[in-house]
Amino acid sequence: MAPSKPRLKFPEQAQAGEVIEIKALITHVMETGNRKDSEGHPIPRNIIHTFTAHYDGALVFKADLGSGISANPYLSFFLKVPGPGELMVTWADDEGGETIERYPLNVV
Amino acid sequence: MAMPAVYSYLGVDGASPPQRLPVEMNARSIVTSRGPLFRRLVDRRTILASFGFAGAAATGLLAKHEARAETALDKAAPASAAAPASHAPTAQFEEIFGKIVGNGTPIEGRMVLELPEDAENGSIVPYKISIESPMTEEDHIARVHLLSTQNPQASVATFHFTPLSGKAAVSGRMRLAKTQDVVAVALTSSNSLLIARTKVSVGIGGCGTE
Repeated sequence: MAPSKPRLKFPEQAQAGEVIEIKALITHVMETGNRKDSEGHPIPRNIIHTFTAHYDGALVFKADLGSGISANPYLSFFLKVPGPGELMVTWADDEGGETIERYPLNVV
Repeated sequence: MAMPAVYSYLGVDGASPPQRLPVEMNARSIVTSRGPLFRRLVDRRTILASFGFAGAAATGLLAKHEARAETALDKAAPASAAAPASHAPTAQFEEIFGKIVGNGTPIEGRMVLELPEDAENGSIVPYKISIESPMTEEDHIARVHLLSTQNPQASVATFHFTPLSGKAAVSGRMRLAKTQDVVAVALTSSNSLLIARTKVSVGIGGCGTE
């Protein structure tokens, strides 16, 4: 995967038990595998096929993505904050690339 | 279709003329009127072009059909084509939908699937799925399948939720090849099924093939 800094948006601080929205965006071509290049050869599929979000090691949300997802995939999902901890999100693509990001959560 | 038969005949000099189909008879009469030498020199495209020029009803149609197939290899036939555009879900959709639903009866109304009514650009169509659920260990939404009835790949995404999700809701952006129904099927932790369906009119298709 071409290195790209993903962007994550979530509240700066949250209370334990609160349900917060997390928005995740990453730059990726999401090549469908349906297209052909100028010489008529098929362009191989290269998409982010899996997105995961864990909080302190426990799965929060997972998405298996297909080629019907737009380029630069954006996902919005929710987390019920159990307490202070760290959010880990991952993106994995067809070329074997994986982007892993960790964000500590400010729980008051 | 009769086209392969016509080709094999055209491709072989001095082959005996086929007798069975009126279409092939027609093609033969035009080619032979050009003379055997010419027949050897012209390529397929020229022959096809001459068909169109001759204006014979049957061969004209064939030539047009072939020309379209050649220049627009993977493109969908225009809506004005002889066969009316089909709005039936693709076989792939039916297969995947059948696997998800099995013998169950999905309940309508509990899941909300929001998409724009008109999507000018099929490559970026926002979707939003939300389901009322307590999201407890005993009662939560486990998965939601987002499906397209007309895209080359029917399965757009599968979302997995846990009690930690707090809320069974997700949004993002999807591709739509053409005007179609988008279908979401959810599975609860007690294995009951929910369904929602939304029709989207698409201006420019977004899958690179249409």
